[in-house]
Amino acid sequence: MSAPPKGSKNGSRRKKIAKLLKDRATYRGCIAIIAVLVLWEAGSVLGLPILKNIPSLSSVLVSFKEAVFDPAYYVSWKDSFMRIFLGFTLALIIGIPLGLFMGTSRYIRELTLPVFEVLRPIPPLAWVPASAIFWPDVEMSVIFVTFLGAFFVLILNIVGGARSIDARYIRAAVSLGASRRDVFWRIVLPATLPSILVGMTVGIGVCWNTVVAAEMIASRSGLGFLTWRSYVTFSYPMIVVGMISIGIAGYISSGIIRILGARLMPWLKTN
Amino acid sequence: MPQEIPKDNGNGHKDQHPGITQGASGEMTVEHVHKGYGLKPLVKVVLGDCNFVLENRKLTVLIGPSGCGKSTLVNILAGYDMPDSGKVTLDGVPVKGPGRDRLVVFQETALFPWMTTYQNVSFGPRVRNELSKEELRVETTRLLKLVGLEAFADKYPSQLSGGMMRRAELVRALINRPKVMLMDEPFRGLDAMTRALMQEYYVRLFETKPGTNLFVTSEIEEAIFLADRLVIMSNRPATIRKVLEIDLPRPRQFQMLTSKEYLGYKGEALEILHEEAMKAFARGKTSSADFVEAYSKIAGK
Repeated sequence: MSAPPKGSKNGSRRKKIAKLLKDRATYRGCIAIIAVLVLWEAGSVLGLPILKNIPSLSSVLVSFKEAVFDPAYYVSWKDSFMRIFLGFTLALIIGIPLGLFMGTSRYIRELTLPVFEVLRPIPPLAWVPASAIFWPDVEMSVIFVTFLGAFFVLILNIVGGARSIDARYIRAAVSLGASRRDVFWRIVLPATLPSILVGMTVGIGVCWNTVVAAEMIASRSGLGFLTWRSYVTFSYPMIVVGMISIGIAGYISSGIIRILGARLMPWLKTN
Repeated sequence: MPQEIPKDNGNGHKDQHPGITQGASGEMTVEHVHKGYGLKPLVKVVLGDCNFVLENRKLTVLIGPSGCGKSTLVNILAGYDMPDSGKVTLDGVPVKGPGRDRLVVFQETALFPWMTTYQNVSFGPRVRNELSKEELRVETTRLLKLVGLEAFADKYPSQLSGGMMRRAELVRALINRPKVMLMDEPFRGLDAMTRALMQEYYVRLFETKPGTNLFVTSEIEEAIFLADRLVIMSNRPATIRKVLEIDLPRPRQFQMLTSKEYLGYKGEALEILHEEAMKAFARGKTSSADFVEAYSKIAGK
């Protein structure tokens, strides 16, 4: 969570690693991971029930090695990330201002919230057929569904955050001569920033869920498609490679948002 | 000089305070202010009929039992809330809403958590675009030094102690040179040592640059130590029970707390507060238990 202060970046990182090596929790975690890997490999070697159906660890590693040297594998990454990027960015561009307006203006909230309440419970994937008809090409419909995944989560969090701003901050600012504009930019926006970041963190997760499923259903590229195609073409170890890749991609995405959050909200740093 | 304000004094209010109409800037009057909350048949009256004057160059302390409506009164003076009837004026002009001529230091800190101490303190002039960057820096630094926070200029409120936050808040208001300072139990919740220190900081600030100050508290020692004039509120529905003029020498020193004059004022104030407590007790109000507990303790000393 806490980004190291500027200047002492290397020093504090080294300290962090040293601390990690001393911590028993680290070793316990490692033991558990190794145990799972051993069980996995043993399952297929010894032919244990159920476990033997899973492609073995060694075969997955072989597939992984192949994938790493295959340019097509990186194209899958790029395609999925591009969809996430476009859908998510669109959700931010539309969702943040709209959420803030809805949170601060009762008029806009009362006007728009009922529409959201009706549309929100529809899972993003349920939009796939409709958006395939609605949008001229598949790419657009996948991006649209990805956008929806983050959009509702974002709106809901921002409206909640903006509505729960402590009235004392606004009172104090108005007393000190702040205009409506100042109140928005200097009070409402920073006060809602934590909620925006929460919405983004949850939203990017939903985005990955959505994009993977949408790729499996409708698309001909991306990590979701890679996983699905591996299943259809009986290259089972590759399924696991796809799954792990999606996991790593999701982790990278939320990591970027976490770093962004620490940068944007230095006052939340605990020390 | 104790001065009693009758509950229903028609328009005779101003006559009781000769000299208030001399046009000194920063004078606030409160006339027949009533305030209740709730819907018609179930209105809970918080303020009965409040009348008093905040004079310039005087530190007026408002004391009353907790929950008696002190904060409601401060909110009305600040313009955050409107009285149901009655009038609040500043230099003869009715108060219609919040303004920077009347600034409030709240019970809990209202420093903006996302701004550093420096940004918090300089907020007022910054949003009003009054000073050049250099002037703003000089003035902010001067005030931060005044309350011993210059080393904490770049810290966020979450990195400050309770006492530091109150000091920062105090200068965030002072930098705007308000006509009236409204302090709503600003030192509540601080430990005894910090509180004493803050009282000293505050009384020095007032003595070096006296303006119109209203300080709300429920602590009798703090009240008399700070006050030029002590306004005692009754229990709910709150009215002004009594106004005591505290004629103790300035600058105020803590040694004063043992002087005969000080103890005389304290006794007088406690007697009234105790009386209020007994009245509430007789009426069987729920709040009376707190009231009696709070004041019988000190009265027993």
